[in-house]
Parts: sequence; structure tokens; C-alpha cells
Amino acid sequence: MKHFKAMITVTLRKSILDVQGKTVEHALHSTNFTSIEHVRIGKYVELFVHADTAEQAMSIVDDACKTIIANPIMEDHHIELQEVSVGEIA
Amino acid sequence: MKCGIVVFPGSNCDHDAWYATSHNAGAEAQMLWHKETSIPTDIDCVILPGGFSYGDYLRCGAIAQVSPIMSAVRDHAKKGKFVLGICNGFQILTESGLLPGVLLRNTSMSFICKDIYLRTEQILSPFTNALEQGQILRVPIAHGEGNYFADEETIHILEQEQRIAFRYCDANGITSAESNPNGSINNIAGILNDTGNVLGMMPHPERCCDPLLGNIDGLGVFTSLMQTVGIV
Repeated sequence: MKHFKAMITVTLRKSILDVQGKTVEHALHSTNFTSIEHVRIGKYVELFVHADTAEQAMSIVDDACKTIIANPIMEDHHIELQEVSVGEIA
Repeated sequence: MKCGIVVFPGSNCDHDAWYATSHNAGAEAQMLWHKETSIPTDIDCVILPGGFSYGDYLRCGAIAQVSPIMSAVRDHAKKGKFVLGICNGFQILTESGLLPGVLLRNTSMSFICKDIYLRTEQILSPFTNALEQGQILRVPIAHGEGNYFADEETIHILEQEQRIAFRYCDANGITSAESNPNGSINNIAGILNDTGNVLGMMPHPERCCDPLLGNIDGLGVFTSLMQTVGIV
């Protein structure tokens, strides 16, 4: 059994206006960060999962994202997986 | 009629719903703790009340929708019995898939707590049959995430099947961007499921049912249910 750390970002789907992102973008522009654009605000979720393979771990985490962590009607999720040793858990 | 009002950790309109149904509408009402796994068979209407279930952690309604009682609520709805979700209850219904779409952050990014006007769009439902078509109601809202969103196809179906129960409007019943408090598509304030026995709405009818409060515009939702089910 291997251990993995999953780093999940959840953002509003591109088709949905991210009002918070837009507001932050305006604030950045008004403080002269004029080269910054398309700001999107999201959530970061970190969790550990044990599985036999990275593929299996990815499948479990993806399923969790689709079921609870993100709402596919309004959000996209992105998962980064990293194998860790037992000592690195939490 | 007997109502079962689900109490989640963080519900805060549960007692208001209980008072409105039992004292103002003349129904029987009892509280149902969210850890229950069944709903008493004599309950006609389950009410998912407003509040901040589980502190709105992750997303509004996301954790409540996996509470033990929600399987029983789904079964209750499947049997054709009534489910009414108010505010956070509406959010729980969309998260649970009992109603389509989702409630996004208000476009103003602010929590809005004020009276708004609603236009009654559908009077053939068990929740609105004591109202008149086009009847304008003054009802309070109190939410930060009430901006109803669904994909184009879903909105088309909701409109086509006349499943929009209420729309935000002005005092004269005109729907416009100005009378839309939160950015909801097509000024949608409340929707029905495809069989008409589940209603979700962001405004709080239970907060305007008692004459002492100076406004009983919300009472029609509960008297409609009484009219549908009858006095038990």
C-alpha cells in the first residue's frame, strides 16, 4: 500500500462569472499591476489517500471531488498527486 | 397536515418554520434531527429550513446533503410527498440533486438581508395553490449565496415546464435587473422539481406569517400546503 498527498484546487467554471476574481483583478489594476489579467479565486483542499497505485489514488480522489469536494455544475477541480512516506502524512 | 422540520447543526430558521406551520397555518409540526435515518410515515411535508448548516463549510448545503436524514428525504420525495427547502434548505436541495442548478454567490458579493417582492408564477403547485397567478408578495431574503444558476438547457426546461414558482420583481410586479437582488438567472427566486412536489426558494415565507410582524405575505405557501393535504 502506498501513500499519496493530493493537492486539489477548485475554481468556478470558466463559463461562470467569478465576481470575486474580477474584483481582485480591478484592485490589482488600480495598484498598477496592469499586466495581470483573468484572476480567478478558488479553494485549496489537501488530503492524504492510501492506494496500491497512483492511478487508483487519482481515481479515488477524482471520485471524491465529483461527489462532495466540488460541485460540477459550477466548479472545475484540478488534482495534483504526490507519493509520500508514512512520516510525511499530515 | 403534518410537517417535519429538519434540524441540522447550524439551522437557525427551524423554530420560525415550526411556528409558522403550527401557530400561523394551523398544521401539526415536529422537529426531525438530522441524524435520524427515517421520516415518520405521518409526515406530509418535510421542511429544510434556513440557516448555515455545518457553517456553510465547503459550499452551502454540501455537507448537509450527506447527512443521515437526507436519504429518507429523497425517499419521501420519491413517494410524491412534499419537500420544501427555504434559503439554506434550497441550497441543500440543489446540492442533493433533488432540484437542478446551484446557488452562486450574490453578484454584489454581499450578504443581503431585506424585504423584496416576489411575483407568483405557478399556482398549480401544492405550495402555491392558495395564491393568485401573478400575486405579488413582500417577503424577506437573508443570504449571501442566492444567485440561482443552471445551464441554458436546464433553464429552458424550467421555463418550458413552468417550474419557476416565484420570480424577484418590484412592487408593481415588474421583473428587471434592478428588482433582482442577487443576480439569479431570469430573476428566479424559487423552483419546483419535475413532479411538482419539491419546492426550493431563497426568500423566507416563514418569516412573514404572523400578523404581529405586520406582514403575512408568506402564509400563502403554508396555507397552500394545508389546502392540498387537508387538516389532519
